[in-house]
Amino acid sequence: MDNRNSIKAISVFFSALFVCMMVYMCNFVYHNEQEMINNSYNSRSEILLSKNYRGTIYAASGEVLAETELDSAGNETRVYPYSNLFSHSIGYSTNGRMGVEAFCNYYLINSNLNLTEKVSNSTLGLKNPGDSVYTTFDVSIQEAADKALGIYNGAIIMTDVKTGKILAMVSKPNFDPNQIVTLWSDLVEDTESSVLLNRATQGLYPPGSTFKIVTALEYIRQNPDSYSDYSYNCNGIFKKDDCRIQCYHGMTHGKVSFTKSFAKSCNSSFANIGTGLDMNSFADTLEDLLFNQELPYNATLYSKSSVNVSEEMTTDDIMQTSIGQGKTLMTPLHLNMITAAIANNGEMMTPYMVDRVESVDGRVIKTYKPKSNGQVMTEEEARILQELMTAVVESGTASKLQGYGYTAAGKTGSAEYNSNSDSHAWFTGFAPVENPQVAVTVILECAGSGGDYAVPMARRVFDAYFESVN
Amino acid sequence: MQEYITTVSKYLLPLCMGFYAFECFSILFNKKESDRGFLYLRQNFWMFAIQFISFVNLALVSRDKQYIYMYVLVQLLLLTIVLIPVLVYRKINRFLLNNMAMLMGIGLVMLCRLSIEKAQRQFIIMVVSLIISMFVPLIVEKVKILHKLTWIYATVGLLLLSVVLLLSESTLGAKITYTISGLTFQPSEFVKILFIFFVAGALWEDHSFKRVCITTVIAALHVLVLVLSTDLGGALIFFVAYLAMLFVATNNVLYLLAGALAGSGAAVVAYHLFSHIKVRVLAWQDPWSYIDGKGYQITQSLFAIGSGSWFGMGLYSGNPDDIPLVEADFIFSSICEEYGVIFAVCFILMIVTCFLMMMEIAIRQHNNFYRLVSLGIGVVYIFQIFLTVGGGIKFIPLTGVTLPFISYGGSSILSTMLMFFILQGISIINMKEGGKRRVRRKRKVSKEIIEVELGENSSGEEDSGEKNGEKVGQS
Repeated sequence: MDNRNSIKAISVFFSALFVCMMVYMCNFVYHNEQEMINNSYNSRSEILLSKNYRGTIYAASGEVLAETELDSAGNETRVYPYSNLFSHSIGYSTNGRMGVEAFCNYYLINSNLNLTEKVSNSTLGLKNPGDSVYTTFDVSIQEAADKALGIYNGAIIMTDVKTGKILAMVSKPNFDPNQIVTLWSDLVEDTESSVLLNRATQGLYPPGSTFKIVTALEYIRQNPDSYSDYSYNCNGIFKKDDCRIQCYHGMTHGKVSFTKSFAKSCNSSFANIGTGLDMNSFADTLEDLLFNQELPYNATLYSKSSVNVSEEMTTDDIMQTSIGQGKTLMTPLHLNMITAAIANNGEMMTPYMVDRVESVDGRVIKTYKPKSNGQVMTEEEARILQELMTAVVESGTASKLQGYGYTAAGKTGSAEYNSNSDSHAWFTGFAPVENPQVAVTVILECAGSGGDYAVPMARRVFDAYFESVN
Repeated sequence: MQEYITTVSKYLLPLCMGFYAFECFSILFNKKESDRGFLYLRQNFWMFAIQFISFVNLALVSRDKQYIYMYVLVQLLLLTIVLIPVLVYRKINRFLLNNMAMLMGIGLVMLCRLSIEKAQRQFIIMVVSLIISMFVPLIVEKVKILHKLTWIYATVGLLLLSVVLLLSESTLGAKITYTISGLTFQPSEFVKILFIFFVAGALWEDHSFKRVCITTVIAALHVLVLVLSTDLGGALIFFVAYLAMLFVATNNVLYLLAGALAGSGAAVVAYHLFSHIKVRVLAWQDPWSYIDGKGYQITQSLFAIGSGSWFGMGLYSGNPDDIPLVEADFIFSSICEEYGVIFAVCFILMIVTCFLMMMEIAIRQHNNFYRLVSLGIGVVYIFQIFLTVGGGIKFIPLTGVTLPFISYGGSSILSTMLMFFILQGISIINMKEGGKRRVRRKRKVSKEIIEVELGENSSGEEDSGEKNGEKVGQS
């Protein structure tokens, strides 16, 4: 009758249970502290705001993008000196939060000011300044992108291909965050133009011919030795099993090689390529490129790109999908990530827009480092795609990028969104070709062809980048 | 000035609590009672340090003078707890006593912060409970028929639970309280103790299959009545306590496995049968989707813990009132919010050492009845903590039980204190028996030595023999 060991077993069991529970609790706090503070159902951010006023948001080279001004009576006003320019990327902090204001809310309302100054502030009955956020945005490029979009609805995003830093992100229509309180009811009620939508990250568009980058990659993967021998005779129309695909505005391209099919954006040839592909392998490639998946991006709200590729597809679906029409939808952000990965020799970087957080007295609180999302294609595949995209500028649909003191590469797209052949104008590309530094993606809603409308906009943004670098 | 004090306190409080938890482990691993005396004093030092810092912060931040006299009252109570029982019962277990004071102290600080009126009521309940409980060790030690009242425990327990089921008003969906002349009781808190005594009485000497069956049926009846009263937490505590006691009494793993299996089966049936259980499981799986409704409590609790983070928001600087029922079911979350998670982890470590001490008392006890009682009390205590803490941090679904000694509630305080003092009684028996055995062993050893010496001396000098004899006698 010795049951001491049974008692010991019970002691060990409960001790282990409690160890698990404490690990769980610490893990929860470690990973979720900011998310908890930022949740609008949590009243504690108001406690912090009763002690600190919101910190300042800066551009990469120190321009103030958002700051809280205090009048003599201590009333706080959030001021955005560039008004509409950063409306979606910096966002707003009243009536909910958006952009950097939402992403860095935790740091903006916490103050890491040194204790001596906190004490002197509290004796004087003053609030402490929240920490400062330094973003990756370049004001001159942002201005160029904003001007380039002009009156069109759409989005432009430019990233540094080696780090993933977002240098410019513009979405139109936009709004003035200084007026957010008065504008609010109009913005919410307006369902037609979706002003509050950040089209660069949330806008879902048919990718059109820009998707041929992905189709081309898959063709190279499936025919690594023979893709350069490809040839097709285009008479403006491709037919198979009673389904047909036309080239843009009924053009005929004649005898085209693989490179020429890509440079001229020949729909018939790509429909032909598509119908010869193994769909299972294509689906794997799309998964590697993050279609139908969460993106490694958490700075603002974004949408998931969607594509439907499987063995059960009909011939029509296959042909439509190969040229970026059909059910496929993409965000400009995602297309930019793929373009930047090609420019970065196959390594996809995670896009980010906050470089670091500092206390008001200059102590660095947090630094955001470039994060790799891994090699999404081999260096060889990236090199071939770079060459194809260079041909688009040198002898294809993006010829308007020639002759500006730098070399560029890319792919145009004219994505049809209704049965009248009206199209969104796309361009996604990088520069310079020899040593790619930046990737830019442009979408102009309902503008026309990518080559005529999106390419000149991309050029202006490239210009601004090279001006600011030199 | 205030800014300095609150900032320094933020780091000082977890530090003190860390030292306190460290002392708990030192005592636990230092088996020699003679070496423990100084450690007990160190425990008391850290406890009063935490009390002092906490009340300074409360008074400073709230600018409410009431905290000064509450401080004095609470310190008097804590002093009484760590001193008086030691004077009455010289062999009392000071480890459990100190920890009880520590727990009640933190509980009173948190209640003071949430509502001074409730803290005052809690204070009175604690004083009354202490006076009642002081007699308990005497009863445990002197009343020799406690192990024979098995069926009385079961009858009274079941009757009390049934009366509640039939007559009580339902509080927040659970029919668990009963009001007599203005005082609200939660009988299941006391039936817990009767239940432990019943199981110990039924199984301490006879654990034949037939006996086990009869006991199981009656134990299952307790659980069933609680389930029908929709007291989910209570039912779980009774079930787990029974399983642990059955396992130790029979020393048979098969019973444990069979019980666990039956329990899981019953849980599945209950899940499909009762909508309120289903709701709790749903709110646990994904509280964020139900943040406006059934997930509200748990998400608010998570906000509190997440916002408090490692060092807490500081006493009186958080928003614990946002959590519904914070002073009863979610007081642990408010500790996390204002004292910080590091403090909370040390706090839980202290509670785990309490449990391990209870298990040690069980192992040292030679009377199987009392051994089972000690085990039952230990398991009930630790499992209840597991339910309330685990529920508050979303480790397990919410069950709505109190944190013993911390949460607001008279029945919970009195019943937990009774359980602690029953263990004190059993520990006192251990100490006295251990003492007797040690004396007996020493006498036996010294006799042998003397005999050997005498044998040697018979053929040698007699002086040295006498000297040796004297030395042994003195030791």
